[in-house]
Amino acid sequence: MDALAEGSIAATIATAAEVLGWICVIAGAFFCLVGGIGLLRMPDMFTRMHAAGVTDTMGAGLILAGLALHEGFTLITVKLGFILLFIVFSSPTATHALSQAALAGGLTPWRKGEPRDSEVYSTGPGPSKEEKATAREEASSKG
Amino acid sequence: MIYAAVTLALLVAMAMALGRAWLGPTVYDRILALNTFGTETVLVIAVVGFLFGRPEFLDIAILYALINFIGTIAALKFFKFGDLGHGLDYEEDDEEGAA
Amino acid sequence: MLRIISLGLLLYGTWLLLSGHYDPLLLTLGALSCAAVVGVCWRMDTIDREGHPNHLTWRAPWYWVWLAWEIVKSNIDVTRRILSPSLPIDPCVTEVLATQSDDLGQVIYANWITLTPGTVAMVVVPGRIVVHALTAEGAKELEGGRMGRRVCRMMGDPA
Repeated sequence: MDALAEGSIAATIATAAEVLGWICVIAGAFFCLVGGIGLLRMPDMFTRMHAAGVTDTMGAGLILAGLALHEGFTLITVKLGFILLFIVFSSPTATHALSQAALAGGLTPWRKGEPRDSEVYSTGPGPSKEEKATAREEASSKG
Repeated sequence: MIYAAVTLALLVAMAMALGRAWLGPTVYDRILALNTFGTETVLVIAVVGFLFGRPEFLDIAILYALINFIGTIAALKFFKFGDLGHGLDYEEDDEEGAA
Repeated sequence: MLRIISLGLLLYGTWLLLSGHYDPLLLTLGALSCAAVVGVCWRMDTIDREGHPNHLTWRAPWYWVWLAWEIVKSNIDVTRRILSPSLPIDPCVTEVLATQSDDLGQVIYANWITLTPGTVAMVVVPGRIVVHALTAEGAKELEGGRMGRRVCRMMGDPA
């Protein structure tokens, strides 16, 4: 009788973990989609970085957490943890490097009211060497 | 079934990232889009591994996460300096080229 | 010395967890690779307070829980803005003080800023971080310095 009750409690916990896992995975996929929509909708490169951040933190975190809930305590879960840890450590570094490179490359952040992707950095050969040098100086004096 | 739907959603998100890489307009937008694309690839590999009941795929996902980061930094460095070997002394190189 | 041993053990633990095979050959190969990596790190002189901050091992995880909650909150905010048809964003560039006493603390602070969607650390110089924020409210909140004080407390600095 006791064994049966224990079994049913374990089964309940397993079901709860499974349902929670599904919710996490679906929510994670939703946040990945939001990140993609943001990438398309945002007006310039700097604001798009914030949208990419949604995918990198919430999307990845929730999907990997959901998969871990389905798997239980095994080596697979440890590997999921490694992936999450690595994404969480590397994504801010990549974003920071990207924003610094964009500043040095002469991009200026979009302000409210300006047209999307203003012509300062639209397609074409890109800023000249002098423009790049002044932008670098501005960036370092700002910092 | 739900895994398949999640895979599909991730593929749609990847298509959006590719759309941004296509539209640009600057090279930084494209690199940002590819970085996001790579993160989503890692997630797709993990989810597909579970979908097909083969969690060994996770090893590939770990590898891809590593390569994605290195690749982003390498692409950035290449576009900033036009060269992967040098970097800190690029100004001097420029002057030498001019002289 | 303690740091060298702890780095070696950490690497070997990672090897064991990732490989999942425990026959003598692989265990030996793992030990050799870890020893090689520790040797290279030692020669590069990166096993120090900055490169292997094992003094944070017991404190950092509790702060990660708080950080995760902050990330969830700011994610929901950014998601609402992205999905809203009028795209209510007002990006601005601001500067926050990094009062942490060493480079490691300031880098951790910059990483936390970037990790929460809505704020990205653009330029980091000693003592200051230039931040690009998606909204004026986000910039205001960061200027309030709540997160900076958390990092100080985690690093054990007087804040």
